[in-house]
Amino acid sequence: MEFSSITETLKTIRSKKISVEELSNIFIKRIKDSKNLNAFIYFNEEDIIEQSRKIDKLSNNLSLKGIPLAIKDLFCTKNMPTTAGSKILSNFHPTYESFVTQKLIDQGSVFVGKANCDEFAMGSSTTTSFFGNTINPVSPKGKQLVPGGSSGGSAAAVAAKLCLGATGTDTGGSIRQPASFCGVVGIKPTYGLCSRWGIVAFASSLDQAGIFANSIEDASILMKEVAGYDSNDSTSAKIRIPDYYKNLNQDVAGKIIGVPKEYTLPGISDEINNVWEEAIKLFEKGGAKIKKISLPRTKYALPAYYIIAPAEASSNLARYDGVKYGFRSNENNSLDEMYELTRSEGFGKEVKRRILIGTYVLSAGYYDAYYLKAQKVRKLIADDFTLAFKDCDFIMTPTTPSQAFQIGEKEEDPIKMYLNDIFTVPASLAGIPGISIPFGKSKEKLPLGIQLLSKHFDEQTILNAGLYLEKNNE
Amino acid sequence: MNNLIKGTKFEWETIIGLEIHAQVKSNSKLFSSSSTKFGSKPNSQVSLVDAAMPGMLPVINEFCVKQAIKTGIGLKAKINQYSVFDRKNYFYADLPQGYQISQYKYPIVGEGVVTIDFNNGESKDIRIVRLHLEQDAGKSLHDQNPVKTYVDLNRSGVALMEIVSEPDLRSAEEAALYITKLRSILMYLDVCDGNMQEGSLRADVNISVRKPGENYGTRCEIKNLNSIKFIKQAIEFEAKRQIGILEKGGEIEQNTLLFDSLISKTRPMRNKEEAHDYRYFPDPDLLPLKIEDSLIQSLVKEIPELPDERKKRYINDFHLSNYDSSVLTSEKQTSDYFDKVLESDNDLKGSAKLVANWITSELFAILNKHDLDIHQSPISPEHLGILIKLIISDKISGKIAKEVFEEMFQSKESPEKIVKEKDLIQVTDTKEIEIIIEKILNDNQDKVREYKEGKIKLLGFFVGQAMKESMGKANPKKLNQILLNKLR
Repeated sequence: MEFSSITETLKTIRSKKISVEELSNIFIKRIKDSKNLNAFIYFNEEDIIEQSRKIDKLSNNLSLKGIPLAIKDLFCTKNMPTTAGSKILSNFHPTYESFVTQKLIDQGSVFVGKANCDEFAMGSSTTTSFFGNTINPVSPKGKQLVPGGSSGGSAAAVAAKLCLGATGTDTGGSIRQPASFCGVVGIKPTYGLCSRWGIVAFASSLDQAGIFANSIEDASILMKEVAGYDSNDSTSAKIRIPDYYKNLNQDVAGKIIGVPKEYTLPGISDEINNVWEEAIKLFEKGGAKIKKISLPRTKYALPAYYIIAPAEASSNLARYDGVKYGFRSNENNSLDEMYELTRSEGFGKEVKRRILIGTYVLSAGYYDAYYLKAQKVRKLIADDFTLAFKDCDFIMTPTTPSQAFQIGEKEEDPIKMYLNDIFTVPASLAGIPGISIPFGKSKEKLPLGIQLLSKHFDEQTILNAGLYLEKNNE
Repeated sequence: MNNLIKGTKFEWETIIGLEIHAQVKSNSKLFSSSSTKFGSKPNSQVSLVDAAMPGMLPVINEFCVKQAIKTGIGLKAKINQYSVFDRKNYFYADLPQGYQISQYKYPIVGEGVVTIDFNNGESKDIRIVRLHLEQDAGKSLHDQNPVKTYVDLNRSGVALMEIVSEPDLRSAEEAALYITKLRSILMYLDVCDGNMQEGSLRADVNISVRKPGENYGTRCEIKNLNSIKFIKQAIEFEAKRQIGILEKGGEIEQNTLLFDSLISKTRPMRNKEEAHDYRYFPDPDLLPLKIEDSLIQSLVKEIPELPDERKKRYINDFHLSNYDSSVLTSEKQTSDYFDKVLESDNDLKGSAKLVANWITSELFAILNKHDLDIHQSPISPEHLGILIKLIISDKISGKIAKEVFEEMFQSKESPEKIVKEKDLIQVTDTKEIEIIIEKILNDNQDKVREYKEGKIKLLGFFVGQAMKESMGKANPKKLNQILLNKLR
């Protein structure tokens, strides 16, 4: 058996053709064989076997029984260390389990390890991790491509079938972009659909947990399990979670698809626009109607994002001060010096850059010009989407402005790196759900992705449309 | 009232505004379910949220919100139905998050007023600017180890109300009256235990001086004062310090000060270059606080009788003086005690003044002497009521009553029992008193002669002797009357 989909694997497990332990051993071997990808920060064979033996004794009805999952190392886990890809938490062992991972544990899934990610989820390439970069499994011979980021380890692990699904977090594109780069499905749900409790915070008003999988069906199964209200997260939504998998329906006839003109940017390669065009044609073939729409404030999204996210990060990361837990520099003579050295040595370059930006934009005298204005822009961008959804059922765009790039390629130019998020950031600011579906290939035969966006809490619509795209993709 | 301070050259007016930090009376913290019990083992009341572990999120404690709303109602203030929690960012070892969750632009309570009462019966309104909710920080312990600092996070995350006044206060005395009154209101409302020693009520004092009629001068802020005595001392010192500088032609430097209670002086807390930029911004982990009208209305119904209303009731219904009413109502427990005494017997209602006197003089004195609070009093309000009833019904004299009172304090017995056992019932029988008086007059015939010759001062002597003979039990009024008749 191939063991590459959740739906098939669940059937095999439930029919007792294979035990969870046996299944886990297959994945342990795959992970060991793919060590070169550096997809995991933490991987422990015995721990996986121990989990599997326990799960073997549990009910067959568990909706994820035995399913091997990778957990982005931003989710706090009780039985595995949690580093957020940072030196400052390199030896941190939480005493608690995040809300989302607890739900996955409760459904009988096996955690195969903690997936690599950009430090504190800040990056688009997984090159800012203290534990080294992850290599995109689709890299052609002789080349090392980034898996995207920040959830690059999760995307790579799913793409290389080192697990059947993975958790990620998406603040400005950290699930959708790596999904696109690695050729897997990635979903960023509506802000508030999944609890943030127990997830190391980057930018609280944008951070959203989501998932990676190899198909829309698998993604739908996982989505139902990670979504849900949590009274410990004040921004968690109190809504009924639909059975996304059961409700899947790939009929797109009569659907109106918004295609925003602002997402056609100068300097973006033809292959991206061509793939977009192909997807449009495919939907039309299925009976959907294409509607040109306008999201006029799109161009302000990236600058607004790179004010709001660092501002929140500068405050969220203040707790890593060496006082209570995590790394502490020993060479210090005073409290101030301890802070200075701990944070200088404990944080990487990109994290420091964003803390500096965030501190600057919140400073007295600059707050109104930057942070407050960015918040106003954010509101306008959300208004753009609200207006657009009056005329269409969902919106379709490319996920990224390019295919996966080479490791080291954009390191020296942070602005170029930030441009990776240009198509994903607007939805993050608006809090609406977004999904990236592998669609088409670049000239170099690398995967590309199509992004579908819908109204708040209307994940089902884009899962359905995604299923159509996936099933009819050649 | 003239509050001016004489300098060497001019007269100066002190301008004072107070920021009071009142700990919300609540079993759990503002954003976590940890206990708020005072004096527990260090770091025994710390949740994952209080310790700012990665991924932890605050969830508002609705009880604390209700307490703040009740306080707002008690301060006759505007309740803001929309308020926002902000992060105040700064680094300190006992601030685990690296920021304090507070309210900056949109506080939960707006403008209100506290009326302060002077001894002469006059009063003055002190305007409240705002009240907001915020978290307390932990505690740094510098005295546990010669080279290390330890941190206790039990207090981290405890709910505080910061109550900010307008600069309406003009003297240390007024500031003391204000904080006393505010504390009293908070305790009546049961929203703060008012315990200043335990830090449940702390004050930051903003102070400046000016020549009367001129614009406000530059102010300094004295941080973290935790007793009324220190507040007064700090204001008095600081006003003089500022006047001294100004009269020498100097300028006041805006500064944050600490008060050293050992030497009764203020000193700068930090240098200007270390001045904080707190980088306030709305906490993205919390939604804006929206308060329904119906909640406010239901809390209005829970508001008890407050000191000002009680005072009015004492003056109007019991005809107590302004002063007595103020003394009785300043502490809720005292006032409750007084009310209970009056409620214990309808006949006492007409003797409210006597009841007030017994509480404010005899009871206060004996409690002070034994270092007890009124709620710990061995003499119950009911027993005091019975004792006073014995006085007004002429069963015992005031002098005997004091003896009985002492006995009640020691034995906790009812006054009736004490009076009966010790046979202290007052002698009012005319014949009985006549017999005593005749004996005294017989025994002192020389003195009687002198009296009749005009030495009327001797009356006191006869009274004393007769009283002694009756063992203090003779009704003094009757005794006087009969004596005068016999000596005529």
